[in-house]
Amino acid sequence: MQPGLVQLTLSVNGETRVVTAPLHHTLLEVLREELGLTGTKHGCELGECGTCTVLVDGQPVLSCLEIPAALEGREITTIEGMESAVGLHPLQQAFAELGAAQCGYCTPGFLLVGKSLLEERPAPTRAEIVDALGGNLCRCTGYLKIYEAVELAAARMRDGHAEAPREALYGEA
Amino acid sequence: MMRLPAFAFHAPASAAEAVGAKAAAPPGAMYVAGGTDLYPNMKRRHQEPEALVSLHRVAELKGIEERADGGLSIGATTSLTEVRIHPSVRASYPALAEACRLISTPILQNMGTLGGNLLLDTRCNYYDQNYDWRKSIEFCMKKDGAICWVAPSSPRCWAVQSADSVPLLVAMGAEVDLLGPGGERRVSVSALYRDDGILYLAKQRDELLTRVHLPAPNGWRAVYRKVRRRGAFDFPVLGVGAWARFAPDGTVEDARVVLGGVGSAPEAVAGAAEPLIGGRLDDDAIHAAAQASWKAGRPLDNTDFTISWRKEMIRPTVVRALGDLRDAR
Amino acid sequence: MAKPDSPSPGGSATTQGLRVVGRSLPKVDAVAKVTGRTRFADDLFLPRMLHCKLLRATTPHAEIRSIDVRAAAEMPGVAAILVGSDLPIPYGILPVSQDEHTLCLDKVRFIGDPVAAVAAIDEETAERACRAIVVEYAELDPVASIEDALDADDPRIHLYGDGHNVHKAVAMEFGDVDAALAEADLVLEDTFFYEGNTHLPMEQHAALADWRPDGKLTLWSSTQTPHYVHRALARVLELPASRIRVIATPNGGGFGGKSDPFNHEIAVAALSRRTGRPVKICLTREEVFYCHRGRHPVLMWVKTGFRRDGSMTGMHFRSFLDGGAYGSYGVASTYYTGALQTVTYPVPAYRFEGLRAFTNKPPCGPKRGHGTPQPRFALEVQIDKAAERLGLDPARMRLDHLVPPHSVTANYIRVGSMGLGACIEKVVAASGWDARRGQLPPGRGIGLACGSYLSGAGLPIYWNAMPHSGVQLKLDRSGGVTVFCGSTDIGQGSDSILAYIVAEVLGVDPFEIDVVTADTSLTPVDLGSYSSRVTLMTGNAALQAAERARELIVGALAEKWKIPAVRIALADGWALDVEDPERSLSFAEAVVVAEAKHGTIGTVGSYTPPPSPGRYKGAGVGPSPAYSYSAAVVEVTVDAETGETKVEEVWIAHDIGRAINPVVAIGQVEGSVYMGLGEALMEEMTYRGNRNVVHRHPSLLEYKSPTTHEMCPVHTFLVEDPDPNGPFGAKEVGQGPLLPIPPAVVNAIHDAVGVRIDEVPVTPQKVLSALKRKAKGEEAREGPKGTPAFAWPEPVRVPPPEAGGDGRAVDDPRHIGAGGVRGSVPGGSVPGGVPA
Repeated sequence: MQPGLVQLTLSVNGETRVVTAPLHHTLLEVLREELGLTGTKHGCELGECGTCTVLVDGQPVLSCLEIPAALEGREITTIEGMESAVGLHPLQQAFAELGAAQCGYCTPGFLLVGKSLLEERPAPTRAEIVDALGGNLCRCTGYLKIYEAVELAAARMRDGHAEAPREALYGEA
Repeated sequence: MMRLPAFAFHAPASAAEAVGAKAAAPPGAMYVAGGTDLYPNMKRRHQEPEALVSLHRVAELKGIEERADGGLSIGATTSLTEVRIHPSVRASYPALAEACRLISTPILQNMGTLGGNLLLDTRCNYYDQNYDWRKSIEFCMKKDGAICWVAPSSPRCWAVQSADSVPLLVAMGAEVDLLGPGGERRVSVSALYRDDGILYLAKQRDELLTRVHLPAPNGWRAVYRKVRRRGAFDFPVLGVGAWARFAPDGTVEDARVVLGGVGSAPEAVAGAAEPLIGGRLDDDAIHAAAQASWKAGRPLDNTDFTISWRKEMIRPTVVRALGDLRDAR
Repeated sequence: MAKPDSPSPGGSATTQGLRVVGRSLPKVDAVAKVTGRTRFADDLFLPRMLHCKLLRATTPHAEIRSIDVRAAAEMPGVAAILVGSDLPIPYGILPVSQDEHTLCLDKVRFIGDPVAAVAAIDEETAERACRAIVVEYAELDPVASIEDALDADDPRIHLYGDGHNVHKAVAMEFGDVDAALAEADLVLEDTFFYEGNTHLPMEQHAALADWRPDGKLTLWSSTQTPHYVHRALARVLELPASRIRVIATPNGGGFGGKSDPFNHEIAVAALSRRTGRPVKICLTREEVFYCHRGRHPVLMWVKTGFRRDGSMTGMHFRSFLDGGAYGSYGVASTYYTGALQTVTYPVPAYRFEGLRAFTNKPPCGPKRGHGTPQPRFALEVQIDKAAERLGLDPARMRLDHLVPPHSVTANYIRVGSMGLGACIEKVVAASGWDARRGQLPPGRGIGLACGSYLSGAGLPIYWNAMPHSGVQLKLDRSGGVTVFCGSTDIGQGSDSILAYIVAEVLGVDPFEIDVVTADTSLTPVDLGSYSSRVTLMTGNAALQAAERARELIVGALAEKWKIPAVRIALADGWALDVEDPERSLSFAEAVVVAEAKHGTIGTVGSYTPPPSPGRYKGAGVGPSPAYSYSAAVVEVTVDAETGETKVEEVWIAHDIGRAINPVVAIGQVEGSVYMGLGEALMEEMTYRGNRNVVHRHPSLLEYKSPTTHEMCPVHTFLVEDPDPNGPFGAKEVGQGPLLPIPPAVVNAIHDAVGVRIDEVPVTPQKVLSALKRKAKGEEAREGPKGTPAFAWPEPVRVPPPEAGGDGRAVDDPRHIGAGGVRGSVPGGSVPGGVPA
């Protein structure tokens, strides 16, 4: 492919999308600027923060360092693809309940990494959550509410009925 | 948004085609696999290749195979995550799994490849900056300028080797296959590097790193230790690969200590083996090897942390690495 | 909704029978944030939109000889280029420091200072055009440090201020400090250094301007202070403010870093006017570092007298702030380094001297805790040293000497509710302090420190008698409730607080309420999301508006039902007669009754802080309607071979007055602990003084923001000591909990390995060098060696209340005080002291 505009067929959130974009524009840029999927955010555009994370074939990758021409035939999932017609994904619900999204800017990246983690490990330990989320920076939360939300969502996805621990919601006594 | 410079994009289906495409492309063309090193560099205008030869469709470069001699052969575009979780790697080369786990972040490990890590551009405080920042110091020798700010009176560039897998693979005696227009050759990983921040690879321009070969796990052990500020993201300010081959009775027959993150090439410590050979990694021998390493490592102002602290860290880190080697049974 | 079980009538502002306040609910914008629907500034796209890039200085200090834009202007796709002379009117957040230009006029003052702005059809064209602009500079010697700034041989950065490159120098004394120190049993003299650091919001600043042919301008921006951006735009663009509409988009993190009006905001507005098309800019991460306005590096000298029982006799405190290239909030920052030393433990006599230097670096400003974490660090570490010397338990020593609630300090800060004692007791008990301090194995230690912060500044930036916060409330016959307020949600949950408070008073579901905020055309003024003012001030305004609306509804129902109004309760979506609950209407039906009686239902509320007792020059910084208090115990392990410190666990108690929403409050506490740990251990905004004063590492990789791996478990205790000035008793929580963390870390390191690290960040090399000194029998300390010589102005002398003072300075109630050279101050001075 020569420099300039190219036509690409991408599979995004289960839909086939044909886009025309400059060849050198990253997946981040194409998602936001060509497809209007602005739920994918950016914090550095250099692979140093995790903010722009999307899933490719279920695995977290940084959209700021992906060239769409190399992703034809792969399944791309963005935050817009996380909820379904029946409602929020359990992770989204738990993030909302626990205040795991403060400013909300890093949140899409954390949610998608969390989704990938729970698909691989339905009952992750706290240490596994810390490791899995190690590539996502958050400046608001100190990560703790995010861990608790991942744990709450994991518990609900296993048995459907878990509630957040009281001290997570009201502090220690 | 930081934009990439424009480029042509070739996506060959085989290694041979890739080499052909590269040879046919303009001189600045580059191979790209995971892109986690190249694309940030391109955004900062370190490299502005007119053409990229992407390896994403080359199936033969992906995957891990057992070799006839009991060793392991890892395709160069196998992702760091795939290396890290592969059962054979975990069972027989746990140090490599560990080194991959310590590279950047889990997300970058999904994208970055083992070959890419081996070929990682050397790094420097004065180089890994955006174009305008570099302009503010009138650039540096490695790109667009004339001076090495790390050592302004030096005729050479002191950018630092920063790939976690490298000191370990050098210590292990791993080899790589390089496929060029004239055919394929196999060289040791240690022979892949030159002690120069700019011309840091002994690879020919069009040669494609295709596979990494790990020696059979018979009688030796290896470990990797990394020093950095944070538990994720950060490149090593010091990496220690340590390797020893043991006689059946546990005596050290041979040993290597290789330092990363201190020079433009991985630094195999010449005096480290001697105190270790013939013993059982007792404390005195370990300290002697650490002392030799401390003498060999000469960090400069090219990474996070102060030079003096990085130098000081060599001793305890080598001691701990060799302690791990002793304890890893 | 089901009818309420036991509604309580009237008195909705009491804490009895609260149905919304005090519950851990999701934020009202939570669903938008977890689904990616929240539209941040860079998520906005308008038809015909152009993209802006700024050309920034690549030299730290230089006169601009010429700017040649001809080649750039001729490039296809370039729509307009602006340079400094296109926008000659200066601006700045404080009236006393109107020292910024949209694009540098005649000189550049730091690497990153913008000199030209390009609007083009896309970012890449704009960027190429910037590269084609030729700027000719005449280089000046850069001023790289406070020491440089005090050297009269260096060129001046600005031609105003309190000295050569001294932006501000202040001195004030409350009581006879020399006499107080003379009567002490122990006098400690220490120097401390708190390195600068930056907010690092994950969202890069962005702004979109849309100028219309009818002469009206709309600006969307990731700003914490739309009101001040509004003012700056009107000033610089010479437009009536009524023609400008500023909409603050939800901020992707702020922490104080989006509190100034910024050059890029004005640049896109001017470019939109020039081109007649919408113009957007989104800064790169490197440019965000150049916006900065973060934590000032502060060098401090503290001399404090203690009695044997641990009480203080007096304190002499000096601060030296490295302010960077522009004023920003710096005058207020300078005062803040001295203002809150007195609000935790009584300081009967207090002298404060502070100066802020201009240097050729990105300007410092307000970051979470604005000017107070640095002196708090010095104070809390020095107390730990004093406790050691006096043989006292540091927790006990603090508990024995607390500022009493509802009292006035020596520097005329009026303290209201004061729950610090309860905070200390909580963390001491939970951490096992008594059994563990000094008794953990080598390399492991625990440390304690406290802090206090404002719940909003008592004075506005532009001194006036108007409210600081306004709320309008609209109720319609469908039962819909809409709250309008100028406040800006930066992730802290301010939109939600409005909904909860209105819901509480009107007895409706907070998630049924629409909240419209941060739009200068639609919403009444709120001064902005800074100084932890929002919950207290907008909360009080919302409370007033809601109670007025409630009165209208209840009054109409009382008339209809022919019962006294006190019998009517609004709860859970119903209005009912508490003595005859069968008599009830849904909330919507109740609004219909009210609308039929009164016409359209709309109410307003507003809030102005109470006046401060201080009447001296400088008394404007420090007063607040209420002060939060925090205490923290931190446990660390220190690797004596490497000097690396790992924080294992934190216990923190915060006196919040009342938690409107506990889970949101805990999030603020945890986030503050996180940011405090980053400042304590690794974050630093530093420059290469010998390499053109270039920023060492303007990137997310090399500016070390703690990852998940550096964050430890945190045990949070919310202490509720309601303050009469807070809505439902609420005080702040967004900033205060950061303050105890850095000193507690340092105190814990001392407990672990017996060395004093008198500066942050505590890097491994600092710990290792202190340990080496200790091993050699030298002073087991790492920290600054001293402070530069400076001829301080004569202090403003104010007799403290205990000495019969009335809050005025001796000699002259309007004493000017600050000495040194007082240059021409653009914008003039402010009556009544310096704004916060």
